[in-house]
Amino acid sequence: MNVELLLQLITNGFIVGLLYGVVGMCFVLVYKSTQVVNFAQGEFLLVGAWVCWAFLVYMELPFFVGFLLTLCFMAVFGVLLQMIVLRPMIGEPIISVIMVTIGLSIFFQSLTKWIFGVSPQSYPQVFDTQSISIFGLNVELAYLMSTVIALIIMVSFFLFFKYSKHGLAMRATAFDQQVAQSLGISVKHVFAMSWGIASTVSATAGVVIGMVNGVSDSLSSIGIKVFPAVILGGLDSIVGAIVGGIVIGVLENVAEFFDSQYLHIGNMYDIAPFYVLLIILWFKPYGLFGTRDIERV
Amino acid sequence: MSSLAMRPCGDFRTSYKADNTIFETKTIRLITTVVIAIACLAPLVLDGYFLTLFIQIAYLGIAALGLNILVGFTGQISLGHGAFFGFGAFASAWLNTSFQIPVVLCIPLAGFLTMAVGMLFGMPAARIKGLYLAIATLAAQFIIEDFFARAEWFSGGSSGSMAAPVNLFGFYFDTDQSFYFIALFALVFMYIWGCNLMRSRDGRAFVAVRDHYLSAEIMGVKLNKYRLLSFGISSFYAGIGGAIYAHYLGYVSAEGFTILMSIQFLAMVIIGGLGSIKGTLMGVVFMVFLPEMLESIVGLMKYTDWGNIPMVTDGLAYIKEMAIGLVIILFLIFEPEGLAHRWAQIKNYWKFYPFAY
Repeated sequence: MNVELLLQLITNGFIVGLLYGVVGMCFVLVYKSTQVVNFAQGEFLLVGAWVCWAFLVYMELPFFVGFLLTLCFMAVFGVLLQMIVLRPMIGEPIISVIMVTIGLSIFFQSLTKWIFGVSPQSYPQVFDTQSISIFGLNVELAYLMSTVIALIIMVSFFLFFKYSKHGLAMRATAFDQQVAQSLGISVKHVFAMSWGIASTVSATAGVVIGMVNGVSDSLSSIGIKVFPAVILGGLDSIVGAIVGGIVIGVLENVAEFFDSQYLHIGNMYDIAPFYVLLIILWFKPYGLFGTRDIERV
Repeated sequence: MSSLAMRPCGDFRTSYKADNTIFETKTIRLITTVVIAIACLAPLVLDGYFLTLFIQIAYLGIAALGLNILVGFTGQISLGHGAFFGFGAFASAWLNTSFQIPVVLCIPLAGFLTMAVGMLFGMPAARIKGLYLAIATLAAQFIIEDFFARAEWFSGGSSGSMAAPVNLFGFYFDTDQSFYFIALFALVFMYIWGCNLMRSRDGRAFVAVRDHYLSAEIMGVKLNKYRLLSFGISSFYAGIGGAIYAHYLGYVSAEGFTILMSIQFLAMVIIGGLGSIKGTLMGVVFMVFLPEMLESIVGLMKYTDWGNIPMVTDGLAYIKEMAIGLVIILFLIFEPEGLAHRWAQIKNYWKFYPFAY
């Protein structure tokens, strides 16, 4: 058994898992505050990464200017999406809401394919790609950056929800919309804000992954990978999303390791999370940290 | 009641039998007969292009009917219908080549195999609902898709598998003209079966589960049984549709049955109208003609100034996909009850035509 390779894979899985956790957090944020299951989460990453790429390559802006512009663009994008598409769906059955986000997902997926093509593109060099070694493991500097960014996002999420007025309003809305409304919180603004935050933060994750692996339409598959993560953590738990993301990130790498070393089934990296997903749904549908909903007649 | 030629103004049905008739009036029965007769004569007049489209409508329509039974009537959502459709296609080809079972028997057998697989993946459906089920079927989609790429014995792996043409009493249905009848027969058969199912006790139980599952359970409808049954029936339809697709093309490859196909099926059902058998077919026709329309519009644009932009001509495949997404969104926002509802409105308008009331 190749311990060194396994450890290396687990480290990579952990780093990628943190990013899954970030995207999962956005998913949970949207689900908690607006009760919308966002199947277009992956497209936020995709659109964000491509827009940033366009700023950097076509307009040749310096990285930080382009990145900030991308964030502004994505905030507006998320809010507009909520206002134009999701707002009319409030109160519709869950199937319709799911289908609308699926419609958005294929729309933006093919739009970006149409505009930017299908071949992967890489960002101009921003950070050194040299790898440094920590405890004997090789970690690429870009990966380290992504870990730092993911941690910064998580901490700022925590601070935002704990201490800021808007964060408190969002938590109140998630807890009970009617009560929040009667206390003078504009639920409309909270809905728009949660979509804005989700799309901005997801776009950040998209740019980070794009810097490491290049931008291509495979970014949107992360939006699908997020499902096992958030289901494992419990759909309405932000901590659960982070834990689930890390577990799924490590798990797919470990599955890949055992597959390539012993089993030789192939394609385990992409498919193992979905087996896990089915098993969780079978035995513990509300995940590790999710609240069970109890229905009364 | 069936002796009436037109529907009376109001609901005068007095017995369960009258409530349950397939054809409410003589006129409807006449129109149905005439439409089927015209459909039978169609190959004599239509050229190959339209025949292909009609066959496409038939096999997609069968699968979409199944999805509407699941989504529209039982209120369960499935994002794996495309994979079940593909499973039916491979199963039929596999049964035929490995066991030398005649193709005519393979098609229903493939339906039953798909039903078994669908029920296996629908098993969690007995416990979970709504978005959890959506995510479970999403997992099923990816797992089955992966299975196609992997199981060489079943699907021929990456090279795909061959499907023999339908052979009945020594006659090979291997042209568009002859296969049209197979497809038409299957569609009419499955359509009537779907209509009848919805008139039966099981069909009413499905609707009860959809409308309010707790009340349904209190009324004595076994929730788990009907959720699972609905999954099975829906997969059965998908399998039959897939099998017909396989024997029509003569070749099945693993690439086609992606999540996009599942979404297309859902789009058909939503555009047609959830919970409407007739609407499903309208949705299928809409979704089959939409890309063709786009193609001919782009074709016509070639004669104008801005029709030769490479962006438009090269990106046609993406424009088609975008159109699918856009159509789903627009229908859900502006016409959530689908074409069937629009059709009912048009009928109501003409019923009292010169006078509005």
